[in-house]
Amino acid sequence: MDMKVAKKLGLKERYNLMTRDLDWEPSYQAKEAIYPFLEYEGIKIHDWSKFEDPFRLTMDAYWKYQAEKERKLYAILDAFNQSNGHLGVTDARYINNLKLFLTGVTPLEYMAHRGFAHVGRQLAGAGPRVACLMQSLDEIRHAQTQIHSMSNYNKYYNGFQNWRHQHDRVWYLSVPKSFFDDAVTSGPFEFMVAIGFAFEYVLTNLLFVPFISGAAYNGDMGAMAFGFSAQSDESRHMTLGLEMIKFLLEQDPANVPIVQRWLDKWFWRGYRVLTLVAMMQDYMLPKRVMSWKEAWEIYAEQNGGALFADLARYGIKPPAGWVQACKDKDHLSHQAWAVFYNYGAAAPFHTWTPSAEEMDWLSSKYPDTFDKYYRPRYEHWAEQAKEGNRFYNGTLPMLCTTCQIPMFFTEPDDPTKICYRESDYKGDKYHFCSDGCKDIFDHEPEKYIQSWLPVHQIYQGNCFGPDADPTSPDFNPLMEVLKWYKLEFGQDNLDYEGSPDKKNFEAWRAQATKN
Amino acid sequence: MSNVFIAFQKNEETRSIIEAILADNPNATVDDQPGMVRIDAPNTMTIKRETVEEVMGRRFNLQELHINLITLTGHIDETDDEFTLSWKH
Repeated sequence: MDMKVAKKLGLKERYNLMTRDLDWEPSYQAKEAIYPFLEYEGIKIHDWSKFEDPFRLTMDAYWKYQAEKERKLYAILDAFNQSNGHLGVTDARYINNLKLFLTGVTPLEYMAHRGFAHVGRQLAGAGPRVACLMQSLDEIRHAQTQIHSMSNYNKYYNGFQNWRHQHDRVWYLSVPKSFFDDAVTSGPFEFMVAIGFAFEYVLTNLLFVPFISGAAYNGDMGAMAFGFSAQSDESRHMTLGLEMIKFLLEQDPANVPIVQRWLDKWFWRGYRVLTLVAMMQDYMLPKRVMSWKEAWEIYAEQNGGALFADLARYGIKPPAGWVQACKDKDHLSHQAWAVFYNYGAAAPFHTWTPSAEEMDWLSSKYPDTFDKYYRPRYEHWAEQAKEGNRFYNGTLPMLCTTCQIPMFFTEPDDPTKICYRESDYKGDKYHFCSDGCKDIFDHEPEKYIQSWLPVHQIYQGNCFGPDADPTSPDFNPLMEVLKWYKLEFGQDNLDYEGSPDKKNFEAWRAQATKN
Repeated sequence: MSNVFIAFQKNEETRSIIEAILADNPNATVDDQPGMVRIDAPNTMTIKRETVEEVMGRRFNLQELHINLITLTGHIDETDDEFTLSWKH
């Protein structure tokens, strides 16, 4: 009997048949009516079929491999939880990273899911639409796996319980929140550049690679599993984002200056959010794989440098803030942790001064700056705390209108001088932490004058519960704000030393190691 | 000339993949880190299905790379037989 066996299709043919070939030309509606957001940003697209996903991933393969990733991830989580893996982390200071992660990053994953669902609907090419659909599904997976993984810590440790409530309210959480709100309120092409480039390429390579490797080093299999599993999707997302950038640059020369401005803006926005990651890496990991500075050199300077060397052929220059960001690598984490140490009463995680041994590590990693500018401060604070004078700052800091970070960054060439910039707009004065943030505001002032700045909101009386009475003689505004944050004073905040987390972890670990 | 790189979760499957990469890309260097392995190569790096299959001792679909992939950089060119990262055009 003759059997005719059809040859299996190649990857390129399968991709064509199962993405572009599923598209159709509309017959009874105008294209502009179906895709109404494609023109107002000034971007010109002549041929959507020129966009191709370099991975050539089709939906059937997507489901298959994502299912495999999920099975692996949940098997690890189950094993980790079943064996009380949380007691195997270096020490419970480590767990404060997860509190910052859950309150600051996980809600962004959910917003990314919404953003890509929206943009996937709006782009007129079948290739990017399918890639956006996959990314939208990836992002909700990331939100869910992070919540699942960290819910186990919530059973034992403080500061996790009101993560979603706090994301919309707490002063430093407005930094990542406003970053994403800025992106999802942009047009579809700006969103693709913002998230594909700044969030995926710049930010996740630093958060999900060296930091998650650090989580593994500190014994957290849960974070290792969700972090690396998420980053396997991010590889696809970065590729999509960069492919979109190249596609825009190749479609029309008029797109080049628009894309350059977005790269300038979103590099700086992403870099400012990374301030939190810098201090996690240098100060919050009890055991450290590499310093923030080393991670920056590998993933930003080398990796980003290679990207911009490649984009130069389109006339694209490295982002405007690039040089300053590279200078700041010697200072960023130290300045950030100092501020959190100051405001340790107003954050739902614990702070501490680095131990003598940790300070020596910091000196060795930052030979030009740590001993000169930062060690004396930390030693002074540790000394004060030892004498019973632990200082908690009770006044509110001035915030940068663009990135919403307290104004603590120093001048690019003078680490002893705080950097202040300002702009006047319609009779009001606005303040910025840097040239980068001022530039972003000056280009789109109507957007940023609407910023929900936590400190302004507190002073305007918008951050108290309904039962607060500002006229009462014993009214304590800070305590009322913390109540509104749903932060349990003395339990979720203040120093790690003396915290219920420390006490419990030590007692449970003692039980785990002897009868 | 810039480097391309790829990083994988450290496990039994990627041990074979990494071995195959090193066999096919003599200029590649390995950086072993907690939980992960990173491989750098100047300008270009190719992962060949055939070599991976030989080392692994079973059939391998290059799209399985997604399962253990952490991050990468460079332009991607993927077919059923080869997965190439490069800065070439």
